[in-house]
Parts: sequence; C-alpha cells; structure tokens
Amino acid sequence: MGRRILFITTDQQRFDSLGCNGGTIARTPNIDALAKNGINYTRAHPQNVVCMPSRSTMITGQHPSTHGVWMNGVALPFDAPSIAATLRNAGYKTALLGKAHFEPLLDPFQLFAETRMATQKVFTEMQTFADGTVAPHRGFDHMEFATHGAQGSVHYAQWMRENHPESLGQFFTVLDHELEVSAVGGGDTNAPQVKFNEIQREWYHTDWVADRTIAWLDSLDADDDWFCWMSFPDPHHPWDPPKSELGRVNWRDLDLPHGYPTDATTRKNILAQKPLHWSKWYDGSFVSNYEAPLHWIPATLTADQVREVNAMTHIENELIDEAIGRVLKMIETKGWTSDVDIIFTTDHGEFQGDFGLLFKGPYHVDSLMRLPMIWKPAPSANVTPAVVTAPVGLVSLAATFASIAGLPTPEYVEAPALPFNDADAASRGFESVFTEWDSVLFGKIIGSRTIHRDGWTCTRMLPGTLHDGTEGELYNHANDPMQHVNLWNDLQHKAIRDDLLADMRSTMPEQVLPLRPVDAPV
Amino acid sequence: MGSVRRSQHIKCSPDKAWQIIGDPSRLHEWFPIVSCRVEGNKRWISLANGLVFEEDIVLVDNYLRRFQYTIVNNPIVTQHLGTVDVIDDGHGECIAIYSTDMKPNVLALGIGAAAHNGLLKVKKILEGTI
Repeated sequence: MGRRILFITTDQQRFDSLGCNGGTIARTPNIDALAKNGINYTRAHPQNVVCMPSRSTMITGQHPSTHGVWMNGVALPFDAPSIAATLRNAGYKTALLGKAHFEPLLDPFQLFAETRMATQKVFTEMQTFADGTVAPHRGFDHMEFATHGAQGSVHYAQWMRENHPESLGQFFTVLDHELEVSAVGGGDTNAPQVKFNEIQREWYHTDWVADRTIAWLDSLDADDDWFCWMSFPDPHHPWDPPKSELGRVNWRDLDLPHGYPTDATTRKNILAQKPLHWSKWYDGSFVSNYEAPLHWIPATLTADQVREVNAMTHIENELIDEAIGRVLKMIETKGWTSDVDIIFTTDHGEFQGDFGLLFKGPYHVDSLMRLPMIWKPAPSANVTPAVVTAPVGLVSLAATFASIAGLPTPEYVEAPALPFNDADAASRGFESVFTEWDSVLFGKIIGSRTIHRDGWTCTRMLPGTLHDGTEGELYNHANDPMQHVNLWNDLQHKAIRDDLLADMRSTMPEQVLPLRPVDAPV
Repeated sequence: MGSVRRSQHIKCSPDKAWQIIGDPSRLHEWFPIVSCRVEGNKRWISLANGLVFEEDIVLVDNYLRRFQYTIVNNPIVTQHLGTVDVIDDGHGECIAIYSTDMKPNVLALGIGAAAHNGLLKVKKILEGTI
C-alpha cells in the first residue's frame, strides 16, 4: 500500500473565500483544517483563467502553450499526457467525480468521450492509442460528470432527469435563446445569473458530487491505492444554490468587497489605466470571450447586486466545505486517513465585484489569478505544516501527485512538485509563475502573457483586435494589492518591466503551432 | 452571424472527391451523423444524440463543385447557410472546404468541429487509408 490521493477542486473560487485565507463570511472549517495541518500556498496561480485550459494544465502538468488547449472550446486530445494514467499504470485505482471539462460541453455531434459517456450512461470509455495500447479515457477507471445545473450530457443531469424531473426547471438556465451565456437577472436585486433555486439541498450538484465520491471510494478494497479527483462545479456562476440555504448569508448584511470601487468615476479611472479591452468590456462595447454574458453590461452592475452575488457565492462555498467534510468522515471510517494526501484548489478565480466586474476573461489580476491551494500531506509522511508564499502554479500538481505516489517526475510535465515550505521553494527555484490568454471568437482576437515574480505582476498584450502588442500591465503588489495602478508606461519602472518581460521571454514555453481548432464556445 | 470554415487537402482528383462530397445522400458516409435521408430538395439528418435536422438543399452545382444547404424548421437555428466546395489545387488534387454561416452564432463552432472530423474522414476514404 502507498499513499492515497484525494484531489479536490472547485470551479471559479477566489483565494479570499476561505477562512484560512482571511475570508470572514463563509464558514469553511474543513478546508481551514486542511490548511492548518498542511501546506497553504498563498501565491498559487492558474496558467489560464478559464476552465478547459486550466484543467488541462492540472492533468498534464503542462502550460497551455504546450498542451494546446489555448481557449475554452478547444479539446484536450484524448491521447494527451495524463497524471491519472501515470498513476493507474503504477497500480492506482483512479476516478474523477464531478466537473471534468477537458472537452467541450456543447457537443451536439457527440465527438467527445465526455459527452458520449454520459449519454450512454457508462463511466469509462476505452481508447486505443497510436502504439496499440488500450486504456480508459484519460486514465480514469471511473468518470462521472457534473456541471453547473441539470442540463446537457453529464451524468448529474441524467440522474436528475431520472430521479427528480420536477426539479429540473429550478436551476438557472445558463444559456439564452441564442445559446449565449445568459444575462438574465434574478434574486432580490436582479443580479445576472442569480436565481432562487427550489431544489432540495441533497439533490444539488455539490452534494451529488460528494455522494458519488463516497460511493466510488466505498467500492474499493481497503488496501487499494487510489487517486480520486472530486471536482465541484461551484461556486462558478450561475449563482443558484438551494433556496433552503439562503438564510446562511443575508446579502443585505454584507459589506461591499474591498475590490469594488463604489464610485463609478473611480471605477472608470482605474479601468482607463489598463489596456483597452478592460474599459470596452465594462461599457459593453467589446465582449471578447464567451465566458461572460454577451448581453450584460458590467457598468450596469449595482452595489446591491455585488452584495447578492457575493452572498450566493459564500453559501455555495459553505456547501462545498460541508460536502468535503462528509467525504473526509467517510475516509476516516474506512481507516485510510493516515495514508491519504489531500490537495484542494480551484481552476481560476472570479471578479465578484472587483473593479465593478463579474465573471472572468482576459484579465490577469489577483481576482482571477490568485487561487486557494492547500496540500495536506498524509500524516504518515510526517510533513511539517507550513505557509508557502513563493509563487507556484497548477502546473506543479501532476508532478506532486507523482511524488506522493513515489513515482519519478513524469517526462511530460513542465514544473516540479510543489514545495514543502519557502526554504524548499527557494532551493528548488520557485521564483515565478506564468499565465497565458488566447481567444479568437468570430474575429475578436485577444492574447496576453503574464509573469508574476518578486511581488510584481507583468502582462504583455499580444497583437489582436484591440491591441498592437505595445500595451501591457505592471503592478507592484506591495504598494498596490488591488492592482489599481498600472505602471506599464511609468518610466521609473521601465527597468523592472523590461526585466520581467525578458524573464518571461526566456523561460515561458513556446506555443506549439498550429493552434488546434475551436470546436465549441465552451 | 457565426461564421466558420474548415478545409482539407485531399490527394485525389476533384471529380473523385465530388462524387462523394457532392452527393447529399452520402453525407453519413463521412460526416459524424448516424443517417441521412433525401427526398427531392429536402434532407433530414440524424445525430447520435437523437436530434434530427431538416434541411433544404439550396444548390448542387456539378460545374463549380459546390453544394449548399440550409437548416429549416428548427426551433433554435434562425439563420443558416452551409457550403461545401471542392476546388482543384492546380496539381491534379483538391481541397475540400466546409463553410457555415448561422445564428445562433455559437452553433457554427459545433458544426465546424463536425466538419473538421468529417473532412478528415473523407480524406482517409478518398486516399484509401481507412
């Protein structure tokens, strides 16, 4: 027997959402305990701030430029490297329960295995590789999918249709009649993508993901080694947690988040310092990407709507924490606790009102880039709890899983295993972390490359629809933790800017060309 | 309007490629659908998930080697024109091009993905590698 691995991910969760990271609203005792008894990374970044590229980085240990999922809607090839496959080849039982999203969700022709599995009500699909070997899709013995609601070709939607059809219509309808991300408002404030959901709490996807995780773990033998990826779809929009839970956080009681400038002129002035795509999204004149509602104008966002979205998010985060608690209890009951490593993180962040914005897009600031990431090594490993302030990325997860399993670092990964503490980080060269953005949506082209190092975030815009490649952003986190003051064109900071750009040019992986086709909007 | 274009170079004569690509009733042989039925200028295609699309055949031009169709009577699709061209590459071989212009915009991407797979398959069929 080796060390087992419980990998917990959420979707679109901010660093500051957890009690262990300074959050004061959502009660997250189970995750906080992981941080207290493990390693809490306070500067963890994704390598892309939307789902498919970021999740592809988790499973491959590669940057988007290498794995080739350069935007949502581009599928990760079925034969891409997979840490799950590596672990399975080493004897681990493997499963992914919840949101996968390595392949497009909108797949009417059923071109992708994720869609086919759910439609056919099966939990794996065997793939034949170029060398003739046959193995389960992405190396998982068992895959059971969920996404943000009860629509589409995912197992959760199938389960809802078969068991609770009366509740299908209670969820927010994510897409509008044009199949664009819906801008419809709801709740008390008419906030976009908010809805009072009458579904029973135990039928909601958060509890379903935990239930399916428990069921899979319970199917294993006591001495099995296992890698279990439990992937919650929340707190990603829509914000429609079970109505029965709304009493947990009353939006009217919430202070506005620190990142929300209450004065409209201040908001505009902050955004005016940034490359043009910020302001043009804010005023509704340029929506570059599919992830935000096409027909929603951020400038119309009210303070009360920010409060209500935040309240809904806090509630969803509490439900996730409680679901995690149930799974940890089950693991304890099975007698596995001393040999289980737990890693908790998310794929990207969410504005949640910062800068007067919601959702996400080509905006490389802490709202979207600073992630919660916690590793609680198995007690049997005798690792001292720590807080790691050095920059790390999701790109290190695959190597970390391999190291937990006692395997050599896979040849395909581009980053070493996560450090145990800051001294370990310094000795192993954890100095910087990269984030990429590329999107092409019906002629609207946006690209950027970002490095975070030494407390600075530096973003270079690539030539595209709005930019000629000379624009960028430079923030000094020590003096400007909210990234309101863009120093890109400040001559006093030209030296640090140029040094960061040179570092990025010399160390960021080259993008593999040609880019693969976009098969769906998401 | 959502507009996409996918293409493949195929190592065969344009006439040979047109025999399969230009025949509306043979779509299921290379496009990722389960079946198709043609009656006059109407075509119905069935997807693996059970969806059926009704289409009007707009053009079968054997001289241009151009096929055009439009999805009709669909509760979601409000505008659509699909065009498939087979073009002589000047060296005795051909390029097949599948274009779609439609609303809702985003559905064009899904049809583009299917077209990409379909063109890869028809290339293998025509080049004898399948």
